[in-house]
Amino acid sequence: MKPPVFDYRRAASAEEAVGLLAELGDEAKLLAGGQSLVPMMNFRLARPTALVDIGRLDELRFVRNERGTLVVGALARHTDLEHPSDPHVLDGFSVLGRAARQIGHYVIRQSGTFGGSLAHADPAAEWCMVALLLDAEVGLLGPRGRRVVTAGDFFKGFLDTDLAPDEMLVDVRLSGAFPHAGFQEFARRHGDFAVVAAAAALSLEGDVVREARVVLGGVGGAAVRSAEAEDALRGREASPAAFAAAGEAAAGAIDPPADLQGTPAYRRQLASVLVRRALTEAVADGR
Amino acid sequence: MAVDAATGRTGGASATVHGSPRPDGADGAPSSDPDLRWVGRRVQRVEDPYLLAGRGVFLDDLEPRGTLHVAFVRATVAAAAISSVDVSPALSVPGVVAAFTSGDFGDIGLTAVLERPEFAVTEMPALARDRVRHVGEPVAVVVATSPYAAEDGTEAVLVDYDETPPVVGIDAALADGAPLVHAGVPGNLLLDVSLSFGDDIDACIESAAHVVEVEVSTGRITALPIEGRAFLAEFDERAARIVLHSSTQVPHLVRTGVAQALGLDESSVRVVVPDVGGGFGQKCVVAREELVAAALCRKLRRPVKWVEDRREGLTSGFQSREQRFALRGAFDVDGTLLAVEADICCDIGAYSCFPFSCGVEVLMAANELPGPYRLRRYRVRSRGVATNKVPIAPYRGVSRPQAVLAIERLMDVAAARIGIGPVEIRERNLVGDDEFPYRNVVGACYDAGSYREALATCAEALGYRRGEDPSRSPRPGGPLVGMGFACFVEPTAYGTASFGARKMSIVPGYEQATVRMDASGSVVVMVGTLSHGQGHATTYAQIVADHLGVELDRVRLVQGDTTAVPHGWGTFASRSLVAAGGALAKASDELAEQLRRIAGHVLEGTPADIELAHGRAYVRGTPTVGVAVGELARVAHHAANTLPPDLGRGLEVIARFDPEGTYSNATHGAVVEVDPETGSVAIRRYVVVEDCGVMVNPMIVDGQVSGGIVQGIGSALFEELVYDENGQPLSGSLMDYMVPTATDVPVIEIHHLETPTDRTPTGAKGMGEGGAIGAPAAILNAVNDALRGRGSVTRTPIRPSDVMTAIAVHDGSGRGAPMAVPTTDEGAT
Repeated sequence: MKPPVFDYRRAASAEEAVGLLAELGDEAKLLAGGQSLVPMMNFRLARPTALVDIGRLDELRFVRNERGTLVVGALARHTDLEHPSDPHVLDGFSVLGRAARQIGHYVIRQSGTFGGSLAHADPAAEWCMVALLLDAEVGLLGPRGRRVVTAGDFFKGFLDTDLAPDEMLVDVRLSGAFPHAGFQEFARRHGDFAVVAAAAALSLEGDVVREARVVLGGVGGAAVRSAEAEDALRGREASPAAFAAAGEAAAGAIDPPADLQGTPAYRRQLASVLVRRALTEAVADGR
Repeated sequence: MAVDAATGRTGGASATVHGSPRPDGADGAPSSDPDLRWVGRRVQRVEDPYLLAGRGVFLDDLEPRGTLHVAFVRATVAAAAISSVDVSPALSVPGVVAAFTSGDFGDIGLTAVLERPEFAVTEMPALARDRVRHVGEPVAVVVATSPYAAEDGTEAVLVDYDETPPVVGIDAALADGAPLVHAGVPGNLLLDVSLSFGDDIDACIESAAHVVEVEVSTGRITALPIEGRAFLAEFDERAARIVLHSSTQVPHLVRTGVAQALGLDESSVRVVVPDVGGGFGQKCVVAREELVAAALCRKLRRPVKWVEDRREGLTSGFQSREQRFALRGAFDVDGTLLAVEADICCDIGAYSCFPFSCGVEVLMAANELPGPYRLRRYRVRSRGVATNKVPIAPYRGVSRPQAVLAIERLMDVAAARIGIGPVEIRERNLVGDDEFPYRNVVGACYDAGSYREALATCAEALGYRRGEDPSRSPRPGGPLVGMGFACFVEPTAYGTASFGARKMSIVPGYEQATVRMDASGSVVVMVGTLSHGQGHATTYAQIVADHLGVELDRVRLVQGDTTAVPHGWGTFASRSLVAAGGALAKASDELAEQLRRIAGHVLEGTPADIELAHGRAYVRGTPTVGVAVGELARVAHHAANTLPPDLGRGLEVIARFDPEGTYSNATHGAVVEVDPETGSVAIRRYVVVEDCGVMVNPMIVDGQVSGGIVQGIGSALFEELVYDENGQPLSGSLMDYMVPTATDVPVIEIHHLETPTDRTPTGAKGMGEGGAIGAPAAILNAVNDALRGRGSVTRTPIRPSDVMTAIAVHDGSGRGAPMAVPTTDEGAT
């Protein structure tokens, strides 16, 4: 559990980081909070030839509420969303606080970053699910300048994203179109990667669902939206029966993997229950 | 602290003293009352201030000048012939100094021997030779200037494997025509023991009113000490011997193992032990890696260090507990247990650990299954099955958690069948207070205990009879709630007679202790046990201080250096406080007698009238006529010319104690909630009522009980080392090998009963393992109580998916379709 030899550089700005990535080649990696990359290096599962440390780029450590859009800097720590310094910054986005509490353990939440989690793209990562849930626009910086991709286009599969080797994720904008959201996950122990996680967001007209987002984590190659569950909700009354039906629809549409934590059938069972519970939580949120 | 009678939820402890009342200085403060003793007080541990301040010195803190670092090339396949090993590419890796294979050390290894015909003797090579038998087996060793370079070097070593089919489980190993793990061991049976006790077992079962069959199985787990295994070997040129610094529980056994393997006199090996961050049994055996370290330092004449990392710990450190029990119990109409028939299989991995051998699990499972119950007919077959997995070693409780799981499951299933409660069936079968000493069905003789009172107290604390515990009334739509019990007896402090009965070729059991007072009246005690978290510097001092009448801080412990302490067997099997504590009591008693004689001379009184207390010797009844113990010590050393020729001239006594074995008992009770939608299990209450005789330090007893229960919760609900069908370990990190965290552990409510034993000088029984023993059974029984009418689980760890599978199998809904169909007990539903 000792990493192989690697080069280490520290960037003083995002632009310098991107420049270093181009200079050091495809086997260089950005180091942010290090909560996934460093263990993978110690296991020799990741063998970057060089690390470009962006952990001290404080200009990217921010959480801002810009007229109903939440903007999160890539280097915001998980704890910045769990315990924001401005208590109103998460107005309309309280689901981020609830999701943050599910991430790892205290020490991980102090070091791990919002952008690092998205760039790593673990299928059970809370922030990847939230990005899909709230139609995130992901800001990327590369040698050719800045570009923005939607969360749906950003996540490609298991630990796979649209990031080019010389690009860096700099910020994320989350839509405020869904005032009611819930986040539920099931793990053997608090802080473990979820066996299955479900996030749900609703916009309501009275008691009727105008629009819905349902996202599942831990059920396949990447966090996924469940069109089936969303269709089952749209236009229906926000009721226990509708939520249960949405859960069944979500569970029926996935083909989750088998591993030490359970069979595909067990994961479908969890998906059904957690979608229902997330919707129930969502309805209570923001009211 | 007493348990609040109304809630019982303080997490503190209460004590009931059996036999003669004992003064209770529960606050730990010294008293001016000469009758008050250190033993029995909740004295703060003298070890804690320096450990908590980070001033402990553990093995990796040692780094003599010129230390080289060792990394092992480990097998990547479970079963293979080795066609070639080429270490030469490693030599060109920057920082690598040397690399070796088995032949470079003369093919050393360890051979554990049980001298009984059912045992197959096999050798565990220090480094694999022509075959590998499990993933993680050390194949070659690389020595470098840093641990990083050493690990780089291991990647450069070329090993060619000619793979053969592995055997990965008990069924595969026992199948006709199964591949053999060891060519000379037919049927993969390293040990196959059949024992029968009592007459007419078949007839008894045939005519019984109720015959109940259960099967339980337990997943493979590991002890996971916070400090993994670690060794530093250096060659002492002046003394011409190896100095092996080892993170071990058993310094003298390590010396024996290393000396035997290297063909040396024991005096050519000195084993020294720094602070040790836990062991739990994994460090009471000799490791292959420490043989290699010892051999390396002799070859290279430089210090070499190996510190196990967590991945190595999980994939090549000793493992344990993968067992399967099939029980048939015959009961009469009112629930009295008449006979038990048991078939036990232990998956012991590829090799026998040294010196205990794989028999440690196999024999303990067979011999201790009857537990605290009156049983007169018992037949058992117990097998140790070789597989292509990491070898087992003892782990806290060894086979008792599994045996208790089996018999306690039998009790619950039988009670349901007969139509009585779980407490009632146990009451009917527990050995009664008037039956001690009780010779059990296999011939073990239990000293006095409190089996029935422990059960009654636990049931009362949980509100079993009153039915008034609110957690017993599940909310509609809420979790399912269940309560479960486990009763057990814990044989502790095996002496040479018990170990000898196993037919070990190396028979542990006794302890020696030296008590030495210097000229200033300070006391040093030297023992062969090895405190690695147990607090012996505190508890031993409590025992000695009482005998010598000195304050606690005048007594220091010396342990963990084979050149400094008398020969002893180390700390394992709940033996230290009984065995070394017994020897210390005898030695300090004799030293106290010498002090009284010197005091008699100095004070011109009769030694029998001299009292030793609070650092003074005085004439009983006349405290003003006395002398400081320190003055007696000065006279004994510096003015011995003033004493008669048979007095003084040093103050040092060595004494020995070989315990006949003593039996602690306990009842554990758990209340759990099961979420029927996710299968998750949450422990809402946990009550333990335990009796380990005289408690030298009740606070340390509480700590031992609590720590054991947490490990028991781990094996009940979380921990498992999973192998795939090729024998590849899948649990190589703490993400996949789940130990309980603080949020998974409930408040543990501890009640103490105190039945002193007459078999030890202190009245104390061993108690290091009980927590881990009772928890899996109590929790499994509670989960099955919660699931009553909806299915049952019979395997640990109880994963949430297993609970859902059990429900699905029972109601046929297909929800959570099974990964493997679990065994459903007859009569369980």
